[in-house]
Amino acid sequence: MSGQELWTVDEAEQIIRRHAGRKGALLPILNALQAAFGHVPGGVVPIVAEALNLSRAEVHGVVTFYHDLKTAPDDRPVVKLCRAEACQARGVGRIAPLLEADERIHVETVYCLGLCASGPAAMVGEAVFGRLDDAGARQLIDATAREAVR
Amino acid sequence: MRLFVPGDAAACAVGADAVAAALEREARARGIDATIVRNGSRGLFEMEPLIEAETEQGRIGFARVRPDDVAGIFDAIGNEGDHPNAVGLVEEIPFLKRQTRLTFARCGITDPQSIDEYRALGGLKGLERAIAIGPAPTVEEVVDSGLRGRGGAGFPTGIKWRTAAGAPAAQKYIVCNADEGDSGTFADRMLMEGDPFLLIEGMAIAGLAIGATYGYIYIRSEYPHAIRAMNRAIETARRHGLLGRSLLGSAHGFDMEVRVGAGAYVCGEETSLLESIEGRRGEVRAKPPLPALVGLFGRPTIINNVLSLAAVPFILAEGARAYADFGMGRSRGTMPIQLAGNIKNGGLFETAFGITLGELVEEIGGGTLSGRPVRAVQVGGPLGAYFPPSMFHLPFDYEAFAEADGLIGHAGIVVFDDSVDMARMARFAMEFCAAESCGKCTPCRIGSVRGIEVLDRVIAGREVDANLALVADLCETMKFGSLCALGGFTPYPVMSALKHFPEDFLRGRAREVEPAT
Ligand SMILES: Cc1cc2nc3c(=O)[nH]c(=O)nc-3n(C[C@H](O)[C@H](O)[C@H](O)COP(=O)(O)O)c2cc1C
Ligand code: SF4
Ligand code: FES
Repeated sequence: MSGQELWTVDEAEQIIRRHAGRKGALLPILNALQAAFGHVPGGVVPIVAEALNLSRAEVHGVVTFYHDLKTAPDDRPVVKLCRAEACQARGVGRIAPLLEADERIHVETVYCLGLCASGPAAMVGEAVFGRLDDAGARQLIDATAREAVR
Repeated sequence: MRLFVPGDAAACAVGADAVAAALEREARARGIDATIVRNGSRGLFEMEPLIEAETEQGRIGFARVRPDDVAGIFDAIGNEGDHPNAVGLVEEIPFLKRQTRLTFARCGITDPQSIDEYRALGGLKGLERAIAIGPAPTVEEVVDSGLRGRGGAGFPTGIKWRTAAGAPAAQKYIVCNADEGDSGTFADRMLMEGDPFLLIEGMAIAGLAIGATYGYIYIRSEYPHAIRAMNRAIETARRHGLLGRSLLGSAHGFDMEVRVGAGAYVCGEETSLLESIEGRRGEVRAKPPLPALVGLFGRPTIINNVLSLAAVPFILAEGARAYADFGMGRSRGTMPIQLAGNIKNGGLFETAFGITLGELVEEIGGGTLSGRPVRAVQVGGPLGAYFPPSMFHLPFDYEAFAEADGLIGHAGIVVFDDSVDMARMARFAMEFCAAESCGKCTPCRIGSVRGIEVLDRVIAGREVDANLALVADLCETMKFGSLCALGGFTPYPVMSALKHFPEDFLRGRAREVEPAT
């Protein structure tokens, strides 16, 4: 998922069909689209709306409410870095500049990964990282840039 | 030989998967028949990855293991555990030994995905008793236990159940709040990863008690390990008749599924969470109506935190009295407290209410990780107050904290050393509120943004006194004009920082420029 808008109506419809029968299907569908395409393409909003009998505005409103749902794909691999209180107390402020300076990756701020006695903590995809120091941060940057994390 | 390598996210974050793989390779190379169990974490995160080996004396542990330690550890297991990483019998580690584990009794000990081990260590007794005594007595048992909601508000769980039980409806729901967004908390996550059947059992009991046949666990997306663990355990529970048309062969049916959040702190607020499950923006609903009467999809719904529901099987199995015997005042039972931030022995410490903040931070936590003096602790997440060490006599108790202008919340304690700038932490509280506001009320949405600006001026030393007065005004407005605790409680961290650490806010005064007249 580096850059190109890799999605097709077919795939989107398949994903939608998989969840459409559930009660409150919208969020599971949007999460699945985000996972598959790296964002929720503007073009799928009308398809989702139609399938769930909602207005486009309603679907768009939900997409823009949740931090996880993006309207455009990221051109770089993303590191989610925890900047919440416990990680601040454990020194995330010291390693953050290192991560932010590297142009191969995109650093996204998140608040808490549930690793608050093991911080500073970060997440790439579904992989988690704790006790990040300078060396650990550099390793994480390189692995993420090479898309070598899981 | 049985070896244990935690599969808990906090262990995986510091290399547990690589250690498990190395152990497997080494065992094969040595021709040893080893079973590697991915247990939950014992909750002493400084020691992770903490691997354990079953021996005749008991389970011996090796702390902070790296893949290249593995060969030496195999030698040590046969040699009285002699190894630099050895920590001896795990049960004897003081941090673990001092705890009273009712809810976390199995976490870290069993294979979390084995329903047989769950049963062997006391699992399902609570549900069996609930089936035997029936719905109404089950509700009363929870009322009598004195259990209060562990998600933050501390509302009596049994009373909520009574309300929902009394609401006539063809369909009711149990919703488990596993959104756990507070910084400094991880108990819900640990429990779902380390003992998922306990939560399933607690939800099934809740379903039986109020006549609900379906449940949802709303788990935040930041918890992929917990999501996998719960999904697997639910499948297993269905296969074993613990979920489905008939709970353990009884006339009561109950089933459940996992719903995953999408990165919004406010969705931990119960009505916002319901909106989210229903597929809408996570905007807070005005109460009344209470969710217990008009909740998910308009039906009577119990919403409880993971820890509230997970406390229920013990209460049913051992009786309300056995639970209520622990604690102080109106805070009954045990609380899984989470020690986090700049602390030496961080992790999960379950104990009866009444222990003091000082005991938790200094004695059990061992002070700061950095070795510098403790300056502040924040209790109860991003909406909780900051306290200085001079208030370490406070007992862990809902009322005592409320009296001290604070809250227990979900029982996270975040420790800061003397390098912290409390004016910046106050600013952060406003920043967090601005970032996570659902946008429904002006004091929260706009007030928090104004709060950032005003605190920036304080920090920069511009008209400090006037701007601090503005901060206080703003906090009053947020406190009384917000629909939910996100806007309503953000004043706690801000005003407590100002009250207990004024020097950090006044530092700019020295540089203060004369205001233009
Ligand atoms: C902004 C906000 C966030 C909240 N986050 C959570 C949460 O992550 N988990 C939780 O159990 N309760 C959370 N709560 C409290 C819930 O609204 C609710 O009180 C709780 O889920 C009820 O369950 P309990 O009685 O078992 O505690 C939050 C409340 C607010 C205002
Ligand atoms: S206080 Fe904030 S988060 Fe809560 S309802 Fe109002 S705007 Fe939404
Ligand atoms: S505060 Fe960073 S993981 Fe919880």
